Amino acid sequence: MKIRNILKNRTPRSPLNKNTTGPNMPKARWLSFPYMIWMTGFIIIPLIVIIYYGLTNQDNNFTLDNVALILDPMNLKALGQAFELSLVSTVICLLLAYPLAMILSKSKMNSTNFIVMIIILPMWMNFLLRTIAWQNILEKTGIINTVLKFFKLPAVNIINTPAAIILGMVYNFLPFMVLPIYNVMIKIDQDVINAARDLGANGVQTFLKIILPLSIPGVISGITMVFVPSLTTFVISAILGGNKIVLIGNVIEQQFRVGNWHAGSGMSLVLMIFILISMAILSKYDKEGSSLW
Amino acid sequence: MVRKFFERFYVALIILFLYAPIIILILLSFNSSKSRAKWGGFTLRWYKELFKNESIMNALSTTLIIAVLSALIATIIGTAAAIAINSMKKTPRTIMVAVTNIPLLNADIVTGISLMLLFVALRFTLGFTSVLISHITFNIPYVILSVMPKLRQLNPHTYEAALDLGATPIYAFFKVILPDIFPGVMSGFFLSFTMSLDDFVITHFTKGPQINTLSTKIYTEVRKGIKPEIYALSTLMFITVLLLLIVINRRNADKNAHKSIASISKI
Repeated sequence: MKIRNILKNRTPRSPLNKNTTGPNMPKARWLSFPYMIWMTGFIIIPLIVIIYYGLTNQDNNFTLDNVALILDPMNLKALGQAFELSLVSTVICLLLAYPLAMILSKSKMNSTNFIVMIIILPMWMNFLLRTIAWQNILEKTGIINTVLKFFKLPAVNIINTPAAIILGMVYNFLPFMVLPIYNVMIKIDQDVINAARDLGANGVQTFLKIILPLSIPGVISGITMVFVPSLTTFVISAILGGNKIVLIGNVIEQQFRVGNWHAGSGMSLVLMIFILISMAILSKYDKEGSSLW
Repeated sequence: MVRKFFERFYVALIILFLYAPIIILILLSFNSSKSRAKWGGFTLRWYKELFKNESIMNALSTTLIIAVLSALIATIIGTAAAIAINSMKKTPRTIMVAVTNIPLLNADIVTGISLMLLFVALRFTLGFTSVLISHITFNIPYVILSVMPKLRQLNPHTYEAALDLGATPIYAFFKVILPDIFPGVMSGFFLSFTMSLDDFVITHFTKGPQINTLSTKIYTEVRKGIKPEIYALSTLMFITVLLLLIVINRRNADKNAHKSIASISKI
C-alpha cells in the first residue's frame, strides 16, 4: 500500500526519462484520426495553396514575379524596417523577461496562477483596445506628457514613431518571452544548483555555468515566440505608427485588401522563409517543444 | 532583504506595464466625453446604451458563439489527439508534435491568408463557418499542449488495472483516465475560448463582409474613434472573468487544503 502511494507521488516525471512514456497507455491510434484529417485539411493544404498562389499569376502560369516584388525598394524598406523593429523588440523582451522569469521561478507562486495573470486575463480586454490605450499614454497630450509637464520637463514625442511600435510589440509579446523561460527555469533541478554551490561556485559562476546554459531552450523558444509575431504584425504599426511607418505586414495586408492575392501570397512566402528558419532553430534546441507552454 | 525588495518591485513594475492599458480602458468606460483624449466627468451612460446598441450586441453574440463552439470542438479533437500522441512511439510522436507547433509558431497573418485562400479555392463562401473552422484550427494545439502534461503524469497502471478487472477500454477511459486529465482538458477549453475571443488577424482574413466579431468591429472603428460602449462591454467582460477566476481559485485553495488534511489524517 505504501509503496503504491510512493509511486503515485513520484508522478511529475523528470524531463530526463520523458521517453519512457508510451506503451502502457491506451493504444488508440484512431483517436488521432480526426486531428490528422483536420490538420491536413486546414494547416498543411492551406500552406500548399498559399505557395501555389505565390508562385503563379492570374492565368495560373508559373512565375517568380510575386516573390520578386519583395525586391521593390518600397517593399524592401518595409521588410528591413520590420526586421529592425522586431529585432529590437525581441532584445528588449529578453532583457525584461529573463530576470522576471528567474524571480518568479524562485518564488513559491503557483505556475497556473502566473500564466493566468500575465497571459490569459489581459486577453479578456481585446488586444486591439489594449493597443489603442497606449495611444492615450503616449499621445502629445497623453498621460506621459501630462506627467512630464507637471514636473516641468520637456514633452516627448513617441506616438507615430518607431519607438511607439517597439513599445507596442514589447507590450503585446512580452508574456510569450517570459513563459518559456519560466517553464525551463522551474524544471532546473535544485540539487544541481546546490551541488555547484557546495563545490565552491559563487552566485555569478552558478548563473553562468548552470542556470544560463540550462535555460537556453526556453530563451530560444521565447525569441521565436516574440520575433515571428513582431516581424509580421500589421495591427500594432497601424495603430501606434499612424500609417507613417509601413512594415512588411502592412504591405501584405494592403495587397489583400485591394484584391491582389498573388502578390500578397508571394510576399508571404518570403515571410514564411523567416518563419521556417526560426522553427528550424527552435526544433534544434527544444526537441519536444516542451518549453512552449 | 534589499534584494527581495528589488525583486518584488521589479515584478510589480512589469505587472503595472501589462495592466496599465487595461486600467485606462476601464476608466474610459466611465468617461462622459465621447472623445478618448479628454476626461469629461464620471458617467454610467455607456453601460446603459451598450445593451441598446444592436451592432455591438450582434458582434458580441457572434464572438461568444464562435468562442464556445470552437473551444468545444477543439477540446474534443485535441484531447483525443493528445491521448493518441501520448501512446505513439518516438518518430510518429515527433512528427505530430511538429505539426501541432505549426499554427503556434506560424505568423497569424500567414495562417489567416492561407485559410482564406483555401476557402476561396474551394468556392466556400466566407462567413460564420469559415471563421469557426479557422478558430478550431488554431485552438486545437492549445488543447493538446494543456492535456499532454496531465497525460504524462498519469499512472499508466491504473488504466491497465481497470482493463484487467474487466472494464471495457471506453469505460476505463471515462472512469480512470478522464477524471485524472480533466483539469488539463478544462484549461485547454478555457485557453481556447480566450484565444478565440482575442483573435483579430485570422478572423480579419477569414470572415468575409457579412459578419463581425468584436475584434473586427473594433478594427473598423479605429480610425473613426471607438464607440465608448465598447469600453463598457470590455470592462464588463474583463471584470466577469476576473471575479470568476478569483472564485475558482478560492474554491481550489479550499479543496487543496481539505485534501492535504485528508492525506495527513490517513497517515
